[in-house]
Amino acid sequence: MASPGATILEAARSAGITIPTVCYHDHLTANAVCRICVVEWMGSRTLVPACVAKIQPNARIYTDNERVRTARRVILEMLAATVDLSEAPELQTLLAEYGADPHRFGSDAARREHGPVKVDNPFYVRDYDKCILCWRCVQVCAEDVQFTFALGFNGRGFETSIATFFDRPMPETTCVFCGNCVGVCPTGALKGKREYLAAQGAPIGPR
Amino acid sequence: MTYQPVLTARLGKIDPASLQDYEAAGGFQALARAVELGPKAIVELLREAYLLGRGGAAFPAGIKWKAVSEAPAPKYVIANADESEPGTFKDRILMEGDPFALVEAMLIAAFAVGAEQGYIYIRGEYPQAIARVQHAVNTCYNAGYLGRNILGAGFHFDLEVRKGAGAYICGEETALFESIEGKRGFPRLKPPFPTECGLFGRPTVINNVETLLCVLPLVLRGLDWFKSIGPEKSPGPKLYCLSGRVHRPGLVEAPMGTTLRTLIYDYGGGVSGSGELGGVLLGGAAGVFVTPEHLDVSLDFAGLRTIDAVLGSGVVMVFDTSVDMKAVLRRIARFFRHESCGKCYPCQLGTQRQHEIVERLAAGRLRSGDLLALREIGQTMRDASICGLGQTASGAILSAIDRFGFDEHTGRFLRFDSNW
Repeated sequence: MASPGATILEAARSAGITIPTVCYHDHLTANAVCRICVVEWMGSRTLVPACVAKIQPNARIYTDNERVRTARRVILEMLAATVDLSEAPELQTLLAEYGADPHRFGSDAARREHGPVKVDNPFYVRDYDKCILCWRCVQVCAEDVQFTFALGFNGRGFETSIATFFDRPMPETTCVFCGNCVGVCPTGALKGKREYLAAQGAPIGPR
Repeated sequence: MTYQPVLTARLGKIDPASLQDYEAAGGFQALARAVELGPKAIVELLREAYLLGRGGAAFPAGIKWKAVSEAPAPKYVIANADESEPGTFKDRILMEGDPFALVEAMLIAAFAVGAEQGYIYIRGEYPQAIARVQHAVNTCYNAGYLGRNILGAGFHFDLEVRKGAGAYICGEETALFESIEGKRGFPRLKPPFPTECGLFGRPTVINNVETLLCVLPLVLRGLDWFKSIGPEKSPGPKLYCLSGRVHRPGLVEAPMGTTLRTLIYDYGGGVSGSGELGGVLLGGAAGVFVTPEHLDVSLDFAGLRTIDAVLGSGVVMVFDTSVDMKAVLRRIARFFRHESCGKCYPCQLGTQRQHEIVERLAAGRLRSGDLLALREIGQTMRDASICGLGQTASGAILSAIDRFGFDEHTGRFLRFDSNW
């Protein structure tokens, strides 16, 4: 039995049923933006996101039927055709599991490219070609953890990006370099500067 | 055509800047009547009238009003005047020609649900409507229709005009709340719904301009009159935005459930261009294409559901057979790509991928697998997007492909002239 007020995701977990997630993080506000966790709730016009929808008694919910799997697969395909997922192993696993073919949109499908990696402070770098817009960094920077509000959004639609106010370099923002955003980034878009330099092949001395 | 217009009755006949004109033409009589009836009776009247929202979603206004009337203060009423659906121009004409009516309807809404603060959120591209509604609001403050102890009836109401900044998404009610609160226009997750948690997290009634204006004649003329117009399941007057290839395009006020044939051939004077009807886009870019076989379907919320179409905001955009349908679809795809807010993945990514494929379709360079991808993207956006924008972003394009005889091999729509 699921506890009252539990989300579909929580209820499924306690019943041993796996529902895939991407943007969801156990300790952060669920914004239900990735829609990978959608399930079919009989009687609902659309699919519903398991991470936020509350379970109700006698609800008939399908967590893995054809309609659900198609939505997940297509979202994954479109995501992989847009963003560099090379450092996102969980997403690679999901792509394989759902038989996603990102190449179906052609080699000329637009990708989200943001130019060079942003190296503007001594602590971490930002590589937005790898950003999937999961909002975790925005959440930890805001009400979920740090209340710093250094991170927000630029652009709209496909061109949306995580950005500082007026895209100013990080030291000119309210950022306190707490590192929480780096800790929750699932794709390597945010990483520590030493890690970044090491990956560039730079000889890194002991800490 | 014995129907006597009520929503548009004052348009062009009164000076929209004159409160005296408005009062002389029956203005503020509905408010006086509403004060006589009392809040409970108004909410009940709205429920029994089964007034369905005219902005596109067709949600019963009475249910919203009842829920908010029973909720604790502070609470808000909002007029959604962010009319941005391509092909929709009814609210603009109402606000420009009869702005005091919107103020009066907002007063009745506030009185009925017990709100003391309201907002009229007007599309930023409507400077004339903004100026006239703002003038009407200022005039009403000076005349004692807004502010403290209105009409001596002991109720207070402050009304503020807010301007949109050009984003289609801000017509989505929860994104509109975010915009009023000074945030980026992202739609919120629902539930909770606005009647419980709306503007500033408080119970909120939000209605389209036309929906609100329907309340005035309903209060004045009563339930029987309202129910005598249009079909039983969605009664009342309706504004149709007739545009495209007809001889007389424009705003049409007719009973809900008027047929497409009556609109195009009686009100519109028939199809222009080639003179032969190719198809009609109902509900705007977020709507669905129908064909000449659907000419006799009743244009109301229930009637259109039977043919997998929508009334939406009342857009009836007519295309003759000489139209370049591929260019129309390309424009629609570009529109959604441009207006997607970027919050949820299906719409943020899907509107881009859809646009790419429709560009190829329009250029006659479809690749194998493109049509299947287009359908799957459409299904995914409809099924998994957070808000109505993504959920409807593929409807027009897929309905055109299904209903206009798209030939995958030649890349042409058989229903339309092939010289494109």
